[in-house]
Amino acid sequence: MADSKTLEQATPAVAVPREAPAEQALRIIGTPQRKVDAAAKVTGQTAFADDIELPRMLYAKLLRSTAPHARIRHIDTSKAVTLEGVKAVITGKDVPIPFGILPVSQDEHTLCPDTVRFVGDPVAAVAATSEEIATAALDLIDVEYEPLETIATPEQAVRTSEPRIHDYGPTGNIHKLIDLEFGDIEEGFADADHVREDYFFYGGNTHLAIEQHAAVASWSPADKLTLWSSTQTPHYVHRAAAKVLELPASRVRVIACPNGGGFGGKSDPFNHEIAVAKLSMITGRPVKITLTREEVFYCHRGRHPTLMWVKSGVTKDGRITGMHFKTLLDGGAYGSYGVASAYYTGALQTVTYHVDRYKFQGARAFTNKPPCGPKRGHGTPQPRFGLEIHIDKLAEDLGKDPADMRLEHLVPPDSVTANYLKIGSMGLGTCIRKVVDGAAWRDKFRKLPYGRGVGLACSSYISGAGLPIYWNNMPHSGVQLKLDRGGGVTVFCGSTDIGQGSDSVLAYIVAEVLGVEVADIQVVTADTDLTPVDLGSYSSRVTLMSGNAALQAAERAREIVAGHAARKLDVPVDRVSFAENRVFDVEHPDTGLTFAEAVQVAEAADGTIGTIGSYTPPRSPGRYRGAGVGPSPAYSYSAAIAEVEVDPSSGIVVVPRIWIAHDVGQSINPVTVMGQVEGSIYMGLGEALMEEMVYRANRNLVHRIPSMLDYKSPTTLEMCDVVTYLIEDPDPNGPYGAKEVGQGPLLPVPPAIANAIYDAVGVRVDEVPMTPEKVLKAIKAKAEGKEGRYGPTSFPDVAWPEPIRVPTPWEGGDGKAAAAEGQGGSAADGPSPASEERQH
Amino acid sequence: MLRLPSFDYLQPKSLRQALLMKQEAGPEAMYVAGGTDLYPNMKRRHQEPKTLIALSGIKALNRITGGARGARLSVGAGVTLTQLHAHTRVRKNYPALAHAAELVSTPLLRNMGTFGGNLCLDTRCNYYNQTYEWRKSIDFCMKKDGAICWVAPSSPRCWAVSSSDTAPLTVAMGASFALVGLDGERVVPAAEFYVDDGIQYLAKQPDEILTEVRLPALNNWDATYWKLRRRGSFDFPVLGVATWIRWEDSYVADAQIVLGGVASHPRAVPEAAQAIVGSELGDDVIEAAAEAAFRPAKPMDNTDFGLAWRKEMVRNYVKGTLEELRTRH
Amino acid sequence: MASRRPDAPSKHQIQLVVNGEPTEVLFAPHKTLLEVLREDLGLTGTKHGCELGECGTCAVLLDGTPVLSCLVLARACDGAIVDTVESMADGPALHPLQEAFADLGAAQCGYCTPGFLVTAKALLETNPSPSRDDIKDALAGNLCRCTGYLKIYEAVELAAAKMRGEQVEPSDESIYGRQ
Repeated sequence: MADSKTLEQATPAVAVPREAPAEQALRIIGTPQRKVDAAAKVTGQTAFADDIELPRMLYAKLLRSTAPHARIRHIDTSKAVTLEGVKAVITGKDVPIPFGILPVSQDEHTLCPDTVRFVGDPVAAVAATSEEIATAALDLIDVEYEPLETIATPEQAVRTSEPRIHDYGPTGNIHKLIDLEFGDIEEGFADADHVREDYFFYGGNTHLAIEQHAAVASWSPADKLTLWSSTQTPHYVHRAAAKVLELPASRVRVIACPNGGGFGGKSDPFNHEIAVAKLSMITGRPVKITLTREEVFYCHRGRHPTLMWVKSGVTKDGRITGMHFKTLLDGGAYGSYGVASAYYTGALQTVTYHVDRYKFQGARAFTNKPPCGPKRGHGTPQPRFGLEIHIDKLAEDLGKDPADMRLEHLVPPDSVTANYLKIGSMGLGTCIRKVVDGAAWRDKFRKLPYGRGVGLACSSYISGAGLPIYWNNMPHSGVQLKLDRGGGVTVFCGSTDIGQGSDSVLAYIVAEVLGVEVADIQVVTADTDLTPVDLGSYSSRVTLMSGNAALQAAERAREIVAGHAARKLDVPVDRVSFAENRVFDVEHPDTGLTFAEAVQVAEAADGTIGTIGSYTPPRSPGRYRGAGVGPSPAYSYSAAIAEVEVDPSSGIVVVPRIWIAHDVGQSINPVTVMGQVEGSIYMGLGEALMEEMVYRANRNLVHRIPSMLDYKSPTTLEMCDVVTYLIEDPDPNGPYGAKEVGQGPLLPVPPAIANAIYDAVGVRVDEVPMTPEKVLKAIKAKAEGKEGRYGPTSFPDVAWPEPIRVPTPWEGGDGKAAAAEGQGGSAADGPSPASEERQH
Repeated sequence: MLRLPSFDYLQPKSLRQALLMKQEAGPEAMYVAGGTDLYPNMKRRHQEPKTLIALSGIKALNRITGGARGARLSVGAGVTLTQLHAHTRVRKNYPALAHAAELVSTPLLRNMGTFGGNLCLDTRCNYYNQTYEWRKSIDFCMKKDGAICWVAPSSPRCWAVSSSDTAPLTVAMGASFALVGLDGERVVPAAEFYVDDGIQYLAKQPDEILTEVRLPALNNWDATYWKLRRRGSFDFPVLGVATWIRWEDSYVADAQIVLGGVASHPRAVPEAAQAIVGSELGDDVIEAAAEAAFRPAKPMDNTDFGLAWRKEMVRNYVKGTLEELRTRH
Repeated sequence: MASRRPDAPSKHQIQLVVNGEPTEVLFAPHKTLLEVLREDLGLTGTKHGCELGECGTCAVLLDGTPVLSCLVLARACDGAIVDTVESMADGPALHPLQEAFADLGAAQCGYCTPGFLVTAKALLETNPSPSRDDIKDALAGNLCRCTGYLKIYEAVELAAAKMRGEQVEPSDESIYGRQ
């Protein structure tokens, strides 16, 4: 059970580095470097999962459901197994144990045993000597379905108690209900000079990594399984594979291949991964599967379509006295990260502008569509879209410039929010001022000719989640270092490079500390046999957490080598410095050893030189049920101004340029930081204007557009110019002060564009994607004298539970729920979304 | 990986050889030029030919001739879209055609896809352009393997959409197509080459080969093509407007307005063209033509974007083409 | 009902020049150039994202022209010259485009990178001084989800300048952002 004492004990054991080695300027950190895998990537040598080819390999295909919601009456595989070249056919009964990324949502199967829940849900798997034969075998499998009522929308799910898509969750087809109140929200509205309510909708969209998921499994007669996969989370795949295959985890080795893009879409354990493992165990041969693009749409786990309602009270000068936020998430057919996603739609509203009192109600519904989950920004782009437009409207109501209104009410650094998130460094003010100046905001806002406009929006994101996905009190990231007597250093870490450059971050940090070149560092990552656990490439956690672990391991190695070198050189140890592959006396730089000689001296004295480092995030002050989602060691901040051109006769919106300032704390490598900012802008632009997952409710709820052609990913011709400002306000919890950059800069893009559309043509599009059809409808409505707006106008009645009431810090609260509530009030309940509902 | 099924592949060197091969292989054989339309369709099991006869080795199909002032332009059907839009004489004297060719799909695809292939492009529908497994989930459709057109389930016909960028322009310009069979060549006006049916969308006999497109000589006419789509690349038109005008001094002597992407064939709107003939193309006339084109346009719910908005954009785009031609005159 | 046929029994053989090497290859006759390069020649540098011509990831140079290898029938390539990303480096020396992609972070996950590189190479061979718009147009058939394309443009511009013999370095704004 969750134990706060264990957490407290764990925290001090972690050495959080506070500053760079004092004696010299940074040589590598903050300077442009090639990534350690750059040469392999530009020469085509990087081996992605589908590039693996093993002797005697078989090829697998999955037969997927053609029904959106049905019981499986009968599966007949007898014809398929007789096809020449087919080596194994399995169905749900062969892999009966369920799995899922969250302990509270173990609701997925490798192959559906009795019920299919969306078109694309797998029901059988074939391994054959070629992909062509495996595909042909699928046609020979007969499945008889007994249709069940299809639940197409969350609104339908809310009002339909039977049939249930799953037999867990509070009621009917509701997967999760959250009701949290920090301070008395009605008092907050009573204190206000002005109150407004708004509805918003954020459509679902998907990651669309260019690499289709692939996995290779190889079962060895020595009773060991190796699984290569394009996964962002080898540790979680390791756990799921061991559980479902009923193998000791010590007999399962999961290797995450370099990911050809992830964006959150490869963060769950997937049925195809387990299926090839099982097929390899049955056939005794390696088995590979590579999904088609359409199948990737069925894996999905992308942005939850989210309906929102927000009501805020503000004083005349724009201080938020109370905010009530409601969300309804369309979860699709499975749990995935959904409990966390639902919490995230309410967690970070408080970390940008001060909110006196805050109430959040969130609901996640099951529907018969591919499951939603974490996509870049996980659960926070939707409320950020609503919040930043809401602020824009409030500012207009109050007659204030929206930049000023934000600047005047920023959350202060080193503070605690109404919902008990501990803020460290906070560079949002600098970010806003940078883009306001850079974009000449004050010359443009409400001053450009009709059809052109500018809009401002801000955001914040976590640098790693404060708690792991399953309850444990072990570190979130571990690093082992091995120093070779030749002067090379090998870093072993479970982190997974998905293109963001996490392998390189390890090398840069270790090279910096040990005074060697990046090329002297070897990086071994994402291999559960070889590397200590890192929880995975999600929640923007890797630079901060594995970076801190690497820093700790490197500093320990430096200490060992420095001690021996000091004795050898006969100088005090505090005069020993590391640079240019040398270990030397800072006062007499000619007196020194090469780094390799220093390692040899140390090895001769101590034996093999290796060190370890690990990282556990600091404890969050929130102690109420649900406090596990939102806390982070550090928060990044972004401000963006979008400029738009709207053709009022068609509603077509063109975005020529976006200015963005991002508070990254400290750039480890500015080139890769720039790349993350620009890539985030790109993805935000696509979400804002054109990307959407859509289904045919009239035809079995099939995905309408499961292809690269029809799902609209912006091309070179849609991408806008980007002016980027990197704000470096080092955070004490980050390695060298670094905070996240991979996700946060996406968040302000859709609301900045929405606010700019309003500035351009005077209409509100309170819904993403902001397609020409919606813009034109709003323009026409306005021309007809109606409200110039497109967006939702109601929120369904949800049977919310009794709220968990938590007094705010400024009301003297201690982070716990009010004692009267009984449930959820004690620390023993634990703040983790995983731990709080372990009874499931 | 999506893969092709098995088939025989023949590589004739001459037209006659190709025609004989087709006669020999029968109805289960198909011609293939660039393959950029056929191969994706074969991977999704839309077409399942037992034999493919490649036209890419027939040099006679790759020529561009004429097109200087006073002479008609002849373009071989095997000319790639890249060659077509990059061709100096085409760019100079038939810029609308070069432009339409350049608007097709992507640079990579245009390096492979041919003019003839774009003119014969299979009609498209998002109930149809899906994998076999997907189509099984909707019990297939009339165009392939099924009985119903899901776009209009009570309709006896298929409503798949003509999605070629070059076809509306050839119709508007009064081009003619040379079709060669074993019996010899016949020449059909572009307008008669297309049929308003999602399945039988070409008047071409299966054994015939489209060999050449003949475009009228320059003679005081001008043309343009506007394409509506979500992205500036990759996407098929959800609306294309090809407008052709023959001027006499400041007056419109003759005109053609043809819509792509809103029907199973390039949809001529003579009522819109009539609205401008005899005029000096004033604003009111342009409005009238736009309205006349808007009324008969009937986009269906089987492409990107909502059909109401696509229909509405007919007005804007017809107007846009006419204003462009007026400005240029 | 569609019928599906597994591998046809007899394989097909062609001769072609792959990355400068005269090559004979034997393959199942329905295979695309993409499949033959990856599966029969072991040249896995060429990637794939859709196999339908909708993403540009599989681009290779066929007789010098960038094409979608997922839509090229391998049987049609007898006698052809095929160049993949594996041909770009000159011995141990990276091509200027590869250098620039590496220096500017134009390859993030690196999966679309081979397609971008060969397409950009073809562009620079016909247009040594492309404008930003020329680059956007030439690369409009290649999708990237990581970079937002901007670092790719900058890398192509940098490589083009170096190939023209100019002494150029990446701009500070491209590396550190605007000050």
